[in-house]
Amino acid sequence: MTALLATLCIILIAVIAVQIGKVTELASKIRGEEDTQERSNRTTSRWLLIFMVLFLAFCVVSAYYYKNYMLGYGPHEAASTHGRSLDRMFNITVVVTAIVFFITQIALFWFSYKYRQRKGGKAIFMPHNNTLEVVWTVIPAVVMTFLVVGGLDAWNDVMADVGTDEEVIEIEAMGYQFAWQLRYPGPDGKLGSRDFRLTDGTNPIGQDWTDEANLDDLHPGEIVLPVGKQVRVRILARDVLHDFYLPHFRVKMDAVPGMPTYFVFTPEKTTEEYRQSLREYAEYQIPDPNDPEKQLWETFEYELACAELCGTGHWSMRRLVRIVSQDEYEDWLDKQQPYYMSTIYGSDNDPWPIDGELPSIVEGARQQEFTDLLDGAMNAATDEERSFVLDYVTFETGSAELTELSKKYALANVVESMNEYPDLVVGLDGYTDNTGEAGLNLELSQQRAEAVRNYLVEQGVSGDRLVASGYGEANPIGDNATEKGRMQNRRTEFTVLAGGFTAEAETTTTEESTTES
Amino acid sequence: MATAVIQPSTVEEKLIQELGYDDHFHDHHHGDKYQSNFITTYVFSQDHKIIAKQFLITGMFWAIIGGLMSLVFRLQLGFPEESLAWLQPVLGKWIEINAEGVGTLSQEFYYALVTMHGTILVFFVLTAGLSGTFSNLLIPLMVGARDMASPLLNMMSYWFFFLAGLVMFFSLFLSTGPFSGGWTAYPPLSLLPEASAGSGAGMTMWTLSLVLFVVSVLLGGINYITTVLNLRTKGMTMWRLPLPIWAFFITAIIGLLSFPVLASAFFLVMFDRELGTSFYLSEIFIGGQALDHVGGSPVLYQHLFWFLGHPEVYIIILPAMGIVSEVLSVHARKPVFGYKAMVYSILAIAFLSFIVWAHHMFMSGVNPFISNFFVIFTLIIAVPSAVKVFNWIATLYGGNIRFNPAMLFAIGFVSMFISGGLTGIFLGNSAIDIQMHDTYFVVAHFHIVMGVAAFFGMYAGVYHWFPKMYGRFMNATLGKIHFWGTMVGAYAIFWPMHYIGMAGVPRRYYSFDTFQAFGHFAEMNKFITVAAILVFAFQILFVINFFYSIWKGKKVETQNPYGATTLEWTTPINPGHGNWPGKIPAVQRWAYDYGKDGEEYIPQIMPLKEGEHDGGH
Repeated sequence: MTALLATLCIILIAVIAVQIGKVTELASKIRGEEDTQERSNRTTSRWLLIFMVLFLAFCVVSAYYYKNYMLGYGPHEAASTHGRSLDRMFNITVVVTAIVFFITQIALFWFSYKYRQRKGGKAIFMPHNNTLEVVWTVIPAVVMTFLVVGGLDAWNDVMADVGTDEEVIEIEAMGYQFAWQLRYPGPDGKLGSRDFRLTDGTNPIGQDWTDEANLDDLHPGEIVLPVGKQVRVRILARDVLHDFYLPHFRVKMDAVPGMPTYFVFTPEKTTEEYRQSLREYAEYQIPDPNDPEKQLWETFEYELACAELCGTGHWSMRRLVRIVSQDEYEDWLDKQQPYYMSTIYGSDNDPWPIDGELPSIVEGARQQEFTDLLDGAMNAATDEERSFVLDYVTFETGSAELTELSKKYALANVVESMNEYPDLVVGLDGYTDNTGEAGLNLELSQQRAEAVRNYLVEQGVSGDRLVASGYGEANPIGDNATEKGRMQNRRTEFTVLAGGFTAEAETTTTEESTTES
Repeated sequence: MATAVIQPSTVEEKLIQELGYDDHFHDHHHGDKYQSNFITTYVFSQDHKIIAKQFLITGMFWAIIGGLMSLVFRLQLGFPEESLAWLQPVLGKWIEINAEGVGTLSQEFYYALVTMHGTILVFFVLTAGLSGTFSNLLIPLMVGARDMASPLLNMMSYWFFFLAGLVMFFSLFLSTGPFSGGWTAYPPLSLLPEASAGSGAGMTMWTLSLVLFVVSVLLGGINYITTVLNLRTKGMTMWRLPLPIWAFFITAIIGLLSFPVLASAFFLVMFDRELGTSFYLSEIFIGGQALDHVGGSPVLYQHLFWFLGHPEVYIIILPAMGIVSEVLSVHARKPVFGYKAMVYSILAIAFLSFIVWAHHMFMSGVNPFISNFFVIFTLIIAVPSAVKVFNWIATLYGGNIRFNPAMLFAIGFVSMFISGGLTGIFLGNSAIDIQMHDTYFVVAHFHIVMGVAAFFGMYAGVYHWFPKMYGRFMNATLGKIHFWGTMVGAYAIFWPMHYIGMAGVPRRYYSFDTFQAFGHFAEMNKFITVAAILVFAFQILFVINFFYSIWKGKKVETQNPYGATTLEWTTPINPGHGNWPGKIPAVQRWAYDYGKDGEEYIPQIMPLKEGEHDGGH
């Protein structure tokens, strides 16, 4: 029905149009062609003039009306150092082209009006004028030269890569359908190597986990950068072309699969400073539609967008960008956990240890973990809290032979702490799971505890300070029905017997050591 | 034999009879074996005038399709909250209707529409519909030839275009949708069906269609060049050619040199898609797996594509410039100002068009140092372009201007070309392009300078030469309404897009709500959409006027209704196959003797008076 109505409407309009045509043709016949021609020439030329005035007025008024939304004007000056030079080039070009625009448009429409055909009018014969032509070839050429020189000067400055001795924060952004994966180098300041073939569900960038530089890399959900520091963004694409676009910073560069690109820029205004600059303007003093409690300027955020068509979700690749002070930046960095540690470490995808070595980040983490546990145990108020599991002390299968890794890392930490606290007396308690015969388990656990003690003694810890005991299947901490639980149950516990910081420690240790002997 | 001689009734016919060149046309063509029945006259015609009409009407068909597509996606952009459920009977599953009955355009189809709009308008409408129509119509008529050098190739040129259109049209109905990776079809998006549904069968048909289209352009181009070089009539030296012919001639050369590069780019696309080569692919992880392709470069495609792509914009705009130069001169009753400068600037633009392609790629990751050269060459193009604009304005100066629709559109063209050309100075400067690249500023720029301006050139041509095509005038009142609607409307659509672009809003976004920075322009987007709908309605008015006038328009009563100098107005009102019934006119002077020596105009076939200098010296 609607379709029918629409068709009828179109037909009706067509008929009306045809009728208008017919009527005007008839009218011109009646009035005489020449008269009609002159009359319509006069009317049309006037309309051209009116159009010109309205059009030029519309250009000026609309530009003025929208100026506070446009980047480079009003509150929206560039938030980066190089952006200012680009904005300046833009504004110079606006002035130059506006002059040409007004002169030529006015000439075009004014001549059309002025030289309309009149009865008995004659055109002048002016096929060319060499002087004039030379003048209006040379003037654009000169103006263009200035624009080219200015533009290229800015361009080569902006696009130059960082020198080797310059201080720079290098981060990475990888576009994929349809989001950005961000990567920060972590404390070592290096982004680890990658290979697209390594990409999978847990490895979005295809990082090579055997490269130690990768292990401290961060995968934050937003870009946070300190104000006033030079930043180099390494730009990658995983599947199709994307474009790393930071509108407020005048940063834009394609992300190309197989060809890393880069952009170097220096943020100049923190998010907060930018908000303050918006605050003055009426356009930003209205409530934010998404958060009516606040005004637009208060909720302003810098944004990362995609500017190269990459598929159906192209328009939705938003990431937040925050520019903060150096202190806030460092606080934020401290709170970030390396992606390797949060997701890869200890999983099936973790290639470490490689050749009996653990990466230093893991070594450090374990050391920290041990120190924390020991600290807790030494300060403990109750007996239970004085014990903890030495998670990384492991034995060769079915024997009491310590693995090289345990000696090199876990027990090295123990040795270090024993040396640090000379008063410390500790118990080393072996446990097993419930598989196999209970007697053998008891024996094995005793042997394993002894093995740990012996190794520590070898490393120069006095045997007096180490009490080794085996408990077999006793005191399970996990469910022996599951593999995971059994693994938890096969353990070596570390107990602070004496030398802790709490008073009760002394008494209890004595008791325990008595029981033992 | 005496009956075969045509009795001259006008001065022109007498001149042709006296001074013309006798190629014994009637002796050879008695009975016209080429046009013996309906099929050979109107369908598989080898007459350049019929082929021109075929190009024009096919172009109009595609312009309506492409225009409607833009309205659909403009509705989505301008009125994202409104339900588009009423479009479901036409678009079917591409309108997604939610639980409340509100229909939205699917994202996939939004991008398909954007892609098809671009492809159709650039290639089928503004290349085939503009250059195809007027090169065919005007080259033989204006150089004084019976037909094209090879009428057969000329016919094939149209039918390859038709076939290209057919393939593209069918691709619209694929269940996975037509190609949706943008009219530039950048890989890897365009190569990998995993990346986008339209990159499957849609892309296969898209490439096939455009390869057929390249064949059409090449067949046409060879013909235009050969005809201009070899079939000019006696006395028609190159410096006496009317400007449209110069424009078509140079356009054909540009096309001949650049379109094969596009074809080769597409062949490599096909190899990568079908044969597993890696010209454009490297290090890609998609659809949960890493692809085998390594060592290719997506940037290579961009180089090949824009090596055509940039000359292509001149392929589109040069014919319009040529048409406008002629129309301005005829209706201002003045010689076109600086004829030679106009020709040299066409040549300069054509030459430069081949060494500026990478200005589309400043932000593609190419070496920034290389961009220096492309910036310099790009901004040099502003010089010949400026010369042309100043010359057009100078052509109006001191004229005796008739405002018919053709003239209005020619003036509108100059206005659009100024507005759109000036924004090119921003974009061609790589430093400014960092911010402006792929924003709405670009959309505004190229739509005004090569979309709207080229359309204005085409309309100027259609209104101006309609009497030569159909022996009738188009209705002038409807033509003026059409002009004003389009002029005001086109600026209303595209001028505000500059502001959106200056706010940094990227093009090809399905929705602007995700980003704070891009969400300020909801009102403006509504305004643009409404303007687009109105402008489209005014184009329908043109179509009505066109078809109405073919059968019912005011009849042309004199051979030379505009008092123009060029040869097409020496043919009969309804020229038959062969254009001139008797001898071919011989040319005695240049094409722009308007207002010389007190004469209102002096046709090209009028001999020079004693002591008279030719060519406006």
